[in-house]
Amino acid sequence: MTEIIKPADYKSDLKPVWCPGCGDFGVLAAVTRAFAALELEKHQTAVISGIGCSSRLPAYLDTYGYHGVHGRALPVATGLKLARPDLTVVVTGGDGDMYSIGAGHFIHACRRDVNMTLLVMDNRVYGMTKGQPSPTTGPEVTHPMSTADVRARPFNALATALVAGAGFVARGFSGDPDGLARIITEAIRHPGFAVVEILSPCVVYRPEQKQWKHQVRRDALIPAADLNAALELAMNGDEMATGILWREKRERQAPTPPTARTDVAAIAEAFRV
Amino acid sequence: MPGSKPMNPAAKQDITLVIAGGGGAGALTAGELLLKAAARRGYFGLMTRAVGPQIRGGESAALLRISRAPVAAHRDMFDVLFAIDWTNYARFTGEIALAPGARVFAGADDMPQEVAAARPLPEHFDFRALLARDERPNMFTLGFLAALIGIEADIVAAVIAERFAHLGREVRARNIRAAATGAAQAARFDPLLRPPAARAPQERWLISGNQAAALGALAAGVRFAAAYPITPSSDLTEWLGPRIEALGGQLVQAEDELASINMLIGASFGGVPALSATSGPGLALMMEGIGLAVMTETPLVVIDVQRAGPSTGIPTRSEQTDLEIALYGLHGEAPHLVLAPMSVPDCLFTTAWAVELAERLQTPAIVLSEQRIGQMNMILDAPALPDMTAQRKLAQPAGDDPCLRYAATADHVAPMAIPGTAGGMHTPTGLEHDARGRPSSQPADHLAQLRRRQEKLAAFDYGDHWAHMEGEGAMALIGWGGAAAPVLEAARQCRAMGVEVRTIIPRLLAPAQPDRMAAALAGVERVLVVENSHSGQFLRYLRAHYDLPGEVRSLRHAGPAGIAAGEVRAAIADLLHIDDLKQPEAVS
Repeated sequence: MTEIIKPADYKSDLKPVWCPGCGDFGVLAAVTRAFAALELEKHQTAVISGIGCSSRLPAYLDTYGYHGVHGRALPVATGLKLARPDLTVVVTGGDGDMYSIGAGHFIHACRRDVNMTLLVMDNRVYGMTKGQPSPTTGPEVTHPMSTADVRARPFNALATALVAGAGFVARGFSGDPDGLARIITEAIRHPGFAVVEILSPCVVYRPEQKQWKHQVRRDALIPAADLNAALELAMNGDEMATGILWREKRERQAPTPPTARTDVAAIAEAFRV
Repeated sequence: MPGSKPMNPAAKQDITLVIAGGGGAGALTAGELLLKAAARRGYFGLMTRAVGPQIRGGESAALLRISRAPVAAHRDMFDVLFAIDWTNYARFTGEIALAPGARVFAGADDMPQEVAAARPLPEHFDFRALLARDERPNMFTLGFLAALIGIEADIVAAVIAERFAHLGREVRARNIRAAATGAAQAARFDPLLRPPAARAPQERWLISGNQAAALGALAAGVRFAAAYPITPSSDLTEWLGPRIEALGGQLVQAEDELASINMLIGASFGGVPALSATSGPGLALMMEGIGLAVMTETPLVVIDVQRAGPSTGIPTRSEQTDLEIALYGLHGEAPHLVLAPMSVPDCLFTTAWAVELAERLQTPAIVLSEQRIGQMNMILDAPALPDMTAQRKLAQPAGDDPCLRYAATADHVAPMAIPGTAGGMHTPTGLEHDARGRPSSQPADHLAQLRRRQEKLAAFDYGDHWAHMEGEGAMALIGWGGAAAPVLEAARQCRAMGVEVRTIIPRLLAPAQPDRMAAALAGVERVLVVENSHSGQFLRYLRAHYDLPGEVRSLRHAGPAGIAAGEVRAAIADLLHIDDLKQPEAVS
């Protein structure tokens, strides 16, 4: 008799620190539903994060996790997955974590294509430090944190991911946990680096995002036929459309675990005169 | 020989040589092959390099000491200079001191005034007359110098053939011809050194400090590495890559040092011992990550092959000035390990020990090597591989409660559940936490964890490896890392002249070992602290952590020239008021 795995089985006994109405609750629900759908073993799963409201997520799961420093979740996850290819590795973070302080790692993780899944909870604001503009904030927003006469344009994460080489690129919405769970499930199944940008409202510092539930066009994205078409949609398409934008079709061999062909004493022989 | 008194090779134990040339002239290749040939011939010896930062068109010099007995450092002055050309040679004048009566050979006659004034007169070779157009002057130099120290042509030909194996028969033959031409020219001169009776026994090694450090890490079980290229540590990483892969491990070239240190954390969290190598600027970038490893109690090792700073500084030259950032550069109160190898062979031991300690104590270790040691190639009696291996205290799924990741234990180290351990699920965090690893801002949790992180390092018995000590007497010399060699050499010279001194070379810099240092200093009335730093970082460290008895003096200066044994001896002479100790190279 097989035990039926429920999403709630993946939750830890910690109570989230998130504000009432925060989108990240929906992401947590979607993550547990995806894990249950995939029947992941809890001790074979690791969720890695950096700093920010969204990076608290791993502690609310009863899997292995690692809550590191701001911006560096992707390198931690890369080291873990390379050292332990047997694990399912998921990375969670926010727009500040992944597109600002950790933007360099975002690009190189796309290039490196290690088999793991990135979930970015984008609320277009720094919530934890109380409301500063983020890389996805529009130029119309002013804030005392930046008085210099610069108008930074919002970071286009999907286009950047595509150009940098990510083989799976999608957008989800925290207010649609079932749809998001389906996207995350597919992202984890993808045999390579998968990027899921998640619209996840900050109702405290961006109360207008409460309207997102009326603006999001669910499942409007279907995998593009080729990379150019995906890029066109990422550049010029509806930024409130959810679904899978790009899924590279490829055969990928499961990486063979590294094996030893020699020993240290044999290596040291090379130093003999 | 024109205008010179012949050297008496039977009287000499060793000889020091410089091969200099413009960047790309091949001075370093000639030096490396000469050292290898000397090793095959049964000599001991060592080579360091002095190079500018340019890849081509700068200046470079191979500095060699070749000896019938084991040697650990250069002498203060050089007996022989062979300048393949004189390109930018003037940049070395502060660094390379020629002994009175030094022999100078050159492939060009545009030598700088200070060299031209040497006695005996420099000997000039016209490479255009002696060599075919496609034969390389550096191979002539190799053959010439090898012949002058009694290395037979078959050995020279063999090291050339091995080095250029990938370039085809024609290149090998041409280089061997150039070396033979050099050897034929050497017949006009008296030998410089008489070779040992027997050729090299098989149990000698030729190895650099960077290679020895990487080998020590592998021997201790490191199977994951991540690094970003930086001088002078890249040759360590490049040597490591294919070898760690052959052992079933991996090396990743990270996008920056922030990535490398965090990749180490991920791999180590996954249960695989992990290492990175960098230099000062890279270490500065790694500091936040190292603090995270302290907080989450994730073992890892970072080797800092120090170069002159601050900032980009002098990337190719040595200094001992990352001591304070290694000891104190982490924000918050973050106890960790800092170790320093004192020689090329000690890189093997100290790096292996660092891996063992980091794994056992679940904390990061910084190994402070330096360019002087890391890029020194040395002939030595084959060392035994260190018998240290990574032994991490792992949670047993059946026994311990694996969720108590940060619980109090007798040795203050709590068992770690690595991913894949059923029932051990937890989330280490850079936030302060309770015994289960849950984030906590409670002062009691903060204090309990601060104490435990400190106590697990303080209570551990590091044994006799904490320092290398020699000799007795009321005069103590304290040095570290690359300053150890001139300190030990000066101490031996003093003892040979009947002056007792003791030497203390700490290998474990953090945590400090006050009881052991107090015992080591018992009965001492005078202390001389020796270091390659302008401001005296090591002196400040010693004063902060130890009681230095009696009269304390500091011998220090910054920069590439380092400290010479003669300087140490002169400082001892001043402290003890013994003028005889000031004779240059009193005992060699």
